Amino acid sequence: MRLEACNIGYRYEQGPWVLRGVNLDLNSGEVVGLAGPSGYGKTTLGRILAGYGQPAEGGVRLDGEPLPQTGYCPVQLIFQHPESAVNPRWRMRDILREGGSPGAEVCGELGLRPEWLGRWPNELSGGELQRFCVARALTAQTRFLIADEMTTMLDAVTQAQIWQAVLKFSRRHELGILVISHDQNLLKRLCTRVVDLVELNRGSCS
Amino acid sequence: MPVLEVNDLSVAFAQYESGLRRKELTVISGLNVSVGSGEILAVVGSSGSGKSLLAHAILGILPGNARLAGTIRYRGETLTPARQAELRGAELALVPQAVTFLDPLMRVGRQVRLAARGSDPTAAQRAVFARYNLPPAVEKLYPFELSGGMARRVLVSTAVVSGAQVVIADEPTPGLDEAALRETLGFFREMADAGRAVMLITHDIEAALRVADRIAVFYAGTTIEVARAEDFADTGESLRHPYSQALWRALPRNGFIPLAGFQPANCNLVAGCSFQPRCPRAATECAKAEPPPRVLRGGMVRCHYAS
Repeated sequence: MRLEACNIGYRYEQGPWVLRGVNLDLNSGEVVGLAGPSGYGKTTLGRILAGYGQPAEGGVRLDGEPLPQTGYCPVQLIFQHPESAVNPRWRMRDILREGGSPGAEVCGELGLRPEWLGRWPNELSGGELQRFCVARALTAQTRFLIADEMTTMLDAVTQAQIWQAVLKFSRRHELGILVISHDQNLLKRLCTRVVDLVELNRGSCS
Repeated sequence: MPVLEVNDLSVAFAQYESGLRRKELTVISGLNVSVGSGEILAVVGSSGSGKSLLAHAILGILPGNARLAGTIRYRGETLTPARQAELRGAELALVPQAVTFLDPLMRVGRQVRLAARGSDPTAAQRAVFARYNLPPAVEKLYPFELSGGMARRVLVSTAVVSGAQVVIADEPTPGLDEAALRETLGFFREMADAGRAVMLITHDIEAALRVADRIAVFYAGTTIEVARAEDFADTGESLRHPYSQALWRALPRNGFIPLAGFQPANCNLVAGCSFQPRCPRAATECAKAEPPPRVLRGGMVRCHYAS
């Protein structure tokens, strides 16, 4: 499969263009990095690719078709702060199954403990919560993952644990991954190629 | 003599379990750490592991249900809550993580002037803004109007104008791009080079290594090793504790090797050494007795088998 951003333009109302003329493609099983300084629209592009935002120009294509507007989105986004990506009034068991049911294999590889399932989000650490957010997004229907600073808030050991589990899942299921990060060493370690948004973007930020 | 010295610090919280039944949750236990003048000590540990509470304990701003034991000394003098209140903002300053620590309804210039010592707070505030390349108009802005970069410089300014000799920075770097990261770390190096003692609390060991003189590794509520920054090199053989080595080897540039298992959230959950369930070198002794801190090769370690 192939996820494509075609000539994406984005701006807030009539403000300056944040993104303009952005083209990017990602194939199944491929791990691509997206770099660029703060405020250049990396997160905005990630949101558009996962269907959270509508571009003013251009569009996102999945094997040539627009992203589905209803049902499960095959492009899943992971946020930097897991605390604000989970419903604080749900127990972890329900959060995990919000979009479908992740396989036992990936839950095991991410190190989810059965005793955490009955807990509330505020009873887990950031690293533990982020494991749930990653597991939640890795169901059998997910084809592409947008990891927006997925492990920036985590210590090195937890970062390596989560990424190794995601890479294993990617190899098994031909998952395509876009890694958004400021950490050059992380991008170098994970990605087959790294694209720089400063070079892609013709919007006013560049 | 260190400017700031923390000995055998413990912090516990009283929590209501159900109804009136209370339990006590120990989040820091037996922690030793010290910072000298002109030095940056980084305290490195995972987020949510309680290392911010160390900053709050030193400043005396823990919540009311916290119980504290051990001693904190400033220039040899043992701090009491009353003395902490006097020194806070004058001799001991905090650089908080985000602008949410500022008053949202007060212009930032005025907030920085409130922190300033000396006869002319306005001049002091303007000088520090000029030093950090903040345009004069910024002093009239409210916290919500600041960009991320401006906010960071304003927060650093409050610590600098106070003239405090001990600066404690709590997670000042996550999510910064390379240019902003270099700038922020530079601010702290400059403070230390001017003779202050800086404690940098972070989960980002790469950032810490770029600027710190010594690194204290925080695990399950205590410092398990204090090492020189140079000890983090090659394959990590110079490091004293197996967790520090695992942390080093988990970095993307050093193999990206994950260590299985989890940090216990509560200091009392594991018998003996708190790292023992995950330790590749664990022996029967490790499950029995908690290793006391000892001096080793110019640093400190809490491990029965470190050599």
